Amino acid sequence: MDLTLIFYVAAVGLMLIGSAGIVLSSHLLRIIFGIALLETGANLLLLLATYREGAAAPIWVNGKFPLAMADPVPQALVLTAIVISVGILAVTLSLALRVHRAYGTLDIRDIRQRMEQDIADAAGIDMPGSSEAPLPVYSSAESGS
Amino acid sequence: MRRITSALFLVGLAVLVAAVYQQMNLLVTPLAGDAINASAGQQVGAGNIVTAVVLAFRGFDTLLELTILFTAATVGGLVLGKPRADAPRDPDAGFILQAGADLFFPLLLVVGLYIILHGHLTPGGGFQGGVVLAAAFFIPVLARPGTTLDHHAVSLIEGLAGAAFILIGLLAMLGGEVFLTPLLDKGELGALFSAGTLPLLYLAVGLKVGAELAGLLAQLAATEATD
Repeated sequence: MDLTLIFYVAAVGLMLIGSAGIVLSSHLLRIIFGIALLETGANLLLLLATYREGAAAPIWVNGKFPLAMADPVPQALVLTAIVISVGILAVTLSLALRVHRAYGTLDIRDIRQRMEQDIADAAGIDMPGSSEAPLPVYSSAESGS
Repeated sequence: MRRITSALFLVGLAVLVAAVYQQMNLLVTPLAGDAINASAGQQVGAGNIVTAVVLAFRGFDTLLELTILFTAATVGGLVLGKPRADAPRDPDAGFILQAGADLFFPLLLVVGLYIILHGHLTPGGGFQGGVVLAAAFFIPVLARPGTTLDHHAVSLIEGLAGAAFILIGLLAMLGGEVFLTPLLDKGELGALFSAGTLPLLYLAVGLKVGAELAGLLAQLAATEATD
């Protein structure tokens, strides 16, 4: 099996695992880790886009440049992407910390419930029901008449 | 229901990625990087061509990258707010972490500065070395939470480093060149003092990244949730 193909499968696999983490998990921290995995896969894919068999890093070694050198442009681009993902990680983690301080949980279903409750309380209306909840059951006296 | 829709979404995403992979024209030649590889050594004088791309060919992009990091650190500080009231009374860490922090502080300082100052010659540079510097200043805070980082000094270093980066860029404009054009003598390829202003720019980047990350990590540690 080709080594490049393995790396491609790894890159796409990392992106899929990250997306699965974002979509499937309901814990805020796992969603953040999913974003980080997705970014890692995307970075690997970017680097692989110009990968060539046997190309060395474009760095001056022992008084000369290597004969075949890897493309420096995606490497510089990935450096930017890594720095940006660090920024995203810092902001999302601090937001998660703030949410945990406010609600005491990181489960997005609980958080959504609590937020809707807070909004309803602030607006002075009843808590809106879930769209997936069964229809309200009316008493037999009302339905019979 | 939610699980089924999520699984459907993932299958669709996999099919999409596979389709893109099928259609992708891998490795278009000639690459833009080949032209850069051929000429950057003489043009910029940096032994590490990735550094030449980051600081000389697209230095303005790197300045914006620093802005993103600065914005992230600022937003983190804004969102986190004031540290916990009992943060200064946190107990010290165990013996291993304390001894390790004392032992590693000078080592990390030297390694971080080495990576920054040799960014134009060897793999590494301001961003990588800056992270090592941030670790050097953050590990002592982890070991002894009572001694916090001097936030005034940190923001002073950060501001001065950012200003130095922009000033070096503006100096090029005084000579009638484009913003952030590398100045000074290119020197001998592979020597420590070479590549003109690139090492100075990377030093500014390293100090800025290190100060920013150390400040952000210290703030995260001081405001972390109690339970």
